[in-house]
Parts: sequence; structure tokens; C-alpha cells
Amino acid sequence: MQLHISTGDGVPIYLQIAQQVKHLVASGRLAPGDELPPIRVLAQQLLVNPNTVARAYLELERDGVVVKRHGSGTYISEGGSPLARKEKLKILAQRADALLTEAGHLEVTLEDLLQLIQERYRSLQPYLNS
Amino acid sequence: MNDAILPSVIEISGLSRKFGDKLVLNQVSLQVPRGRVFGLVGANGAGKTTLIKHILGLLKAESGSVRVLGFDPVADPVAVLSRTGFLSENRDLPPWMRVDELLRYTRSFYPRWDSGYAEELRRQFGLEGTTKIKHLSRGENAKAGLLLALAFRPDLLLLDEPSSGLDPLVRRDILEAIIRTVADEGRTVFFSTHLMDEVERVADDIAMMFDGRVALEGSLEEIKRDHHRLVLRFDAPPAAVPKVPGVLSIAGSGREWTVICNGSRPEAVAAMARLGGRVVAEETPSLDEIFVARAGGKIA
Repeated sequence: MQLHISTGDGVPIYLQIAQQVKHLVASGRLAPGDELPPIRVLAQQLLVNPNTVARAYLELERDGVVVKRHGSGTYISEGGSPLARKEKLKILAQRADALLTEAGHLEVTLEDLLQLIQERYRSLQPYLNS
Repeated sequence: MNDAILPSVIEISGLSRKFGDKLVLNQVSLQVPRGRVFGLVGANGAGKTTLIKHILGLLKAESGSVRVLGFDPVADPVAVLSRTGFLSENRDLPPWMRVDELLRYTRSFYPRWDSGYAEELRRQFGLEGTTKIKHLSRGENAKAGLLLALAFRPDLLLLDEPSSGLDPLVRRDILEAIIRTVADEGRTVFFSTHLMDEVERVADDIAMMFDGRVALEGSLEEIKRDHHRLVLRFDAPPAAVPKVPGVLSIAGSGREWTVICNGSRPEAVAAMARLGGRVVAEETPSLDEIFVARAGGKIA
């Protein structure tokens, strides 16, 4: 599990960990039943406080992304698909926000932007899977 | 001595200190809870090292009080120093000794010295027993000092600017040591630094010092929750820097300005609205931004 922690942009580290695990689940790189590294191990690997990793795991557990099994470890929960869809939309929402902001700066209207998306979709369609 | 009843590992209240006419510590109060990593941040000359000298009992409190692991470090230095691993900013290891000699020499002072752990750290840090201290590189010297501070498994690990002047690989070893120490149940780490990245990564609690005063103290989580970075957009560029009451700092140009504020966010937003600015983005600032905003332009 490769996570990347950045301290420059202000996002609390426990949130960065939780969000990146969610993204890995949403993109299928972590599958139900996969085990997350023990708190100590991930803390040493990412060079962050163990309490921060524990906090991230707690957050993931609350959101139903992982389950803790007593005396064993932390695992990606079964049936994460509704959340995975929510996460996918959340990722796209961030991109959409950036695109809309950019369009606003360039004074491109929403109609023109939607039309552009349609056009791009048509030209990329042969290459998009599913 | 019952450890369970100790409220804090370090308790400082109302500590002041003058060097000549200069007030180096001004009514400093801090609590370092057990089992946590405490980061003390401040610019050079803010008083961090002077504070650490009081914790070690090298300086006596002129006014106020200092308790470390339940003891007065000046009255009872053995009780404090035998449980405190210390890495000083000045690497003051005896240059004529070999690494293995230094380990043997140091272990004689500490009944709790763990030779197996010392050997493990020596190998992990890539230090040769036969090398003389004076032939160690700067990074190796820091690692040797860190080894001595860790090998008796102290209750309190105290690090004064541990990363200063070191390359990223050695800094990584130091951060790993901090994480490992706190992951061992009950151990406490107190470190000073001017590198906000390190504090943000490993600290549970922080204190920011400016000019001998503690300007901000709390858990990193609380501090980040209470500070906001607001991006403002004005319909027309303001003629001068907008003066907004209650904000810590404001920077920008033209129509877009960035504001750092803390608890007073609603008042700040209302005041900015009256000046014609509306909030277009709101995020959590990095510790670095909070520090610079708090420093109020005093830090370059």
C-alpha cells in the first residue's frame, strides 16, 4: 500500500491517510478482505505519529471502509461498493469544481462547457473502457 | 514513586529568566502529558534552548517552577537525568573516544542500559565500533548521540533541534526514533525544532514560542481545527491591504487575498464582507502558515 503524505497544504495527516485508502478501495487497488498494515508499521513507513495512523483507521472504521478483527488486524470490509461509488463521485466532484472554476476565469459559459464535454466524450469513446 | 499518579511528565509554570537585561523566558507555562510527542517550535532566539536547559536542571528557575517526571531537576538531578535521554544541539561527544568505548563508558552511568538495543541501533545507524568520534561525519555524530539517548530506554526523550544541519536520511532516522519511542507504551518525547514539517508529522501537542513567550499551546489537531485559511475575492481590487480586525495575517494582491484567522472566523468573514470581499475557498492552513501568521512578519 503506497500512500503519500504532504505537510505543505494543510490537510490533516489522518485525513490524507483515510482519503487515500478510500481512493485505493474505490479504484480497486485494495479489495475486500485485504489487510492494512499494523499501525506501528505504517507510522514508521510514512514517518508520522502512530496516534495519527490510529485516528485514520478509526475514521475508516466509522465510515465502514475497514473492519477491525480482535487480536488480528484491520481489513477492508466486504461490500464496500455503495461507498466506493460515493467516493468515485467525490473524486470527480473535485475535478468538476476545478474545471468549473477554470471555465469561470476564462469566461466560458456552462452550456459551452457541457457541449465541450459531450464532444470530448464522443471523440474519446472508442478508447474508454466499459 | 507511583508513575500512575503523575499528571504530566513535564510541568512548567510561570517560568521567567533574564540574561542581563534581556527577558529570555517570559512567564512560560507548559504541560507535557505522558506518552505523547510534544513539539516546541520557534525561531532562533525564541528561548527554546534556554527552556530545555531548565528542564534538564542546567539552569535554575529565577521565578516559576519546573517539574520533570515529578522531580525538581535542580534539586534532584539524578532522578531526572537517569530517566531522560537527551540529544543536545551541540554534539558534545568526547572526540578522542571510539564508538564502542563511548558505549561502554555511557552504559556505566545507566542501570537500565539495554546492550542488545544499543547494538541493534548501532547496526541500524551504520556506526562502526572502532571509529573514533572525531572521525564521524556530522550525521554519524548525531546518530551516535541519539543512540546514547535511546539505549537505556528513557521515560522521557528530550531532543534539542535534533535535525538542525542534517541531511534528509539522518533526519529520517531521527523521526523514526521518535515514532518508535512513543510507540513503546508510556514513553514521552519532547523536541524543539524550527522545521514545521517534522512537527506536523510526529507531534501530538505543540507549543509555539516567540520572544520568550508561549504564544500558542495545544494539541496539533485542535490547533489545526481552530485556524482557517480563507481565500477572498473582491469585486474591485482594494486600494490598500484590507484591514480586517481579528485576522492573524493577510496577503495577496489585486482581487484575490488570503487570510489566516483563528477562532474569530465569523467576525472576520463579516468584516471582510463589509469591505466587499467574499470567501471563495476555505481550507485548513499548514502549521507553517499558522506559524508565519502568528509571527506577524517577524520571521523572514
